[in-house]
Amino acid sequence: MARMNMVQALNSAMDVMLGRDPRVVILGEDVGYFGGVFRVTDGLQRKYGESRVLDTPIAEGGIIAAAIGMGANGLKPVAEIQFADYIYPGFDQVVSELARLRYRSAGAFRAPVTIRAPSGGGIRGGQTHSQSPEAIFAHVCGIKVVMPSNPYDAKGLLISSIEGEDPVVFFEPKRIYNGPFDGDPHKPAVPWSAHPRGEVPEGYYTVPIGRAEVVRTGSEVTVLTYGTMVHVAEAAVRGLGVDAEIVDVRSMSPLDVDTLCGSVCKTGRCVVVHEATRFSGYGAELVATVQEECFWNLEAPIKRVAGWDTPYPHAFEWDYFPGQARVAAALREVLETA
Amino acid sequence: MSPRSRLHVPSPPARPGQEPDFSYVQISPAGAVNRPDVTAAARDIESLSLELVRVLGDDHRAIGAWNPHLEPAELQVGLRHMLLTRLFDDRMQRIQRQGRISFYIKSTGEEAVAVAQGMALQPGDMLFPSYRQQGLHIVRGHNLVDLMCQCLSNTRDMCKGRQLPIMYHWAEGNIFSISGNLATQFPQAVGWAMAAAIKGEDRIAASWIGEGSSAEADFHYAMTFAAVYQAPVILNLVNNQWAISTFQGFAGGEHRTFAQRGPGYGIPGIRVDGNDFLAVYAVTQWAAQRARQSGGPTLIEHVTYRAAAHSTSDDPARYRPKDEWRAWPLGDPVTRLKDHLIALGEWSEERHQELQQQLDAYVTACWKEAESYGTLTSGPSLDPLTMFEDVFKDMPPNLAREREELAALRTAAAADGRPAAPSVAQKG
Repeated sequence: MARMNMVQALNSAMDVMLGRDPRVVILGEDVGYFGGVFRVTDGLQRKYGESRVLDTPIAEGGIIAAAIGMGANGLKPVAEIQFADYIYPGFDQVVSELARLRYRSAGAFRAPVTIRAPSGGGIRGGQTHSQSPEAIFAHVCGIKVVMPSNPYDAKGLLISSIEGEDPVVFFEPKRIYNGPFDGDPHKPAVPWSAHPRGEVPEGYYTVPIGRAEVVRTGSEVTVLTYGTMVHVAEAAVRGLGVDAEIVDVRSMSPLDVDTLCGSVCKTGRCVVVHEATRFSGYGAELVATVQEECFWNLEAPIKRVAGWDTPYPHAFEWDYFPGQARVAAALREVLETA
Repeated sequence: MSPRSRLHVPSPPARPGQEPDFSYVQISPAGAVNRPDVTAAARDIESLSLELVRVLGDDHRAIGAWNPHLEPAELQVGLRHMLLTRLFDDRMQRIQRQGRISFYIKSTGEEAVAVAQGMALQPGDMLFPSYRQQGLHIVRGHNLVDLMCQCLSNTRDMCKGRQLPIMYHWAEGNIFSISGNLATQFPQAVGWAMAAAIKGEDRIAASWIGEGSSAEADFHYAMTFAAVYQAPVILNLVNNQWAISTFQGFAGGEHRTFAQRGPGYGIPGIRVDGNDFLAVYAVTQWAAQRARQSGGPTLIEHVTYRAAAHSTSDDPARYRPKDEWRAWPLGDPVTRLKDHLIALGEWSEERHQELQQQLDAYVTACWKEAESYGTLTSGPSLDPLTMFEDVFKDMPPNLAREREELAALRTAAAADGRPAAPSVAQKG
């Protein structure tokens, strides 16, 4: 076991897969010589050569299209989109092509492409470096969508994504690249080395896609969340002193309905927390699913805590970010309902 | 008067009721264009993007440096493929009009592009066509029955009823799946070619785009990536003058030739007479040899004319002169190759008639067989429950649940004696 932050864990996942499988190639803006703007591909080009870890032109549509062509020619491309906010020029290639190639050709052609994209805010990135577009992609049939909340899951899920035969959009909550963030920007940063999930095997292992994880067991209320907000929710629950169960969704598509709804049916109360905007956000899917599966077990209306329905404002980041106070208020409200 | 800007809205030279006018098409005499070595630097051969490579002269003879010197037997094969493509298209169009398939797209008038190129490439080369290169399937020997079954969405449909007619694929024949969205395959072909180079293979990729959809960003991605990585790919831009109702001026063709975009990216651009089988064959051979020798990509602009409607849902009489094709200065690719073979003493009108009858009978026989595997309205049909397959490699729980739900609905409908919903909705 080694101590790794999320950047190192993701790097290790790609290192392991580049070493194990000659079909794996990495491509993206600044990923090669420089090692990526977040250093996630640091050292990989030196180790595996410039035709396996490829710098690309600044053209997300071209990166994803080229990855599809490479995938169709037997490679396993891992494309980095430098910020999730930049993915939209490649959206057509994801939605109309990558997601449907297997389906439209009845399995004759496949493109097992993994698209990595740092997402989420809390880094003073303004409206073009802070978005959480997971719901937009979870809505698309034919791609898997995941978001880890810690280094151990990040590595295991990325290896699963690269090894799998389906396309995956892999969101990396960049606010917690270097340490778990509880939503309080005024507290000193906490490194992953102090966190149990900062302990990461150096070699090969997988975390399966499509499985949620109960990260805190409890009996009074269930919090369904993922990414950075797992840590914010944990802090809010600690601060409030309530016996909440926290479920890290991890995989937006496919969704682990059994784990999520098993927990809500047990506690009878549910709060859904995500950083992305609320309206038509991924939380709406979670709430609808819980309603369908757990209605007769519910003792209170389900609450959503999410980003406000505005673009991510640069100067008002901490008024925008759904921090501990908002999560705690929702928990209190749900728990106080008779 | 103070200066002011004015919006320029391109207008085609002729609309319905007017005389066709193709004076804007710059045409070089046959044999006039120099054929550079395949290793020539892109910047030294920019003139190829302005001229028009032509081999077949008005006297039906092949002349000049681009003459590929094909054997008469090969020319006869080319003629046969083009003729079969045309007869297949004509038949499928009629079948669509009878309501027996929902939709069709003909390639009439531009058969030489797919057929000559398909013949000039190696069987292992990967093809990424748009929806008007059915000739590629014919050249590579894809069973016509399979193509028809796809159009019928029947029990033998390669796409299992998931795609509009003509969105074929053929993995064994190295022909990629047609998306139905335009231009997206162009940068994918470049990615495929990059992978071939990474693996050190000698296979190359080729893709086709219309002049209209070359306005999409995908064209720019493809050209940029192809140039940056010197990918072994042939990028074909089929300029058939019309994108549904908008003429080539709406894709930027008023100011530069489409081939001239090549040199802008550092890629050789070749403008070729797309209705000249020999010229198309020759430039493809040149580009393929260049790509195989690590010389990188080539952009080929095929100057041709879309003689048919855009699709069976289109009526060109509403936006262009009815007889415009008759005035097209580069003629008909089938007639031109036929006349060439006759001039060589290797063909005759009688043999042509005979071949046409033979191919027509073949198309009829294929259609009869295809129909036996089911049609829109009768015979065996696909199981709608297969719609949940191939979304992912393994069916996730939500799809398995939906599949059960539809199965229960169908069982209940059957028990009530209600007809099950037709698996393919008929299109207008």
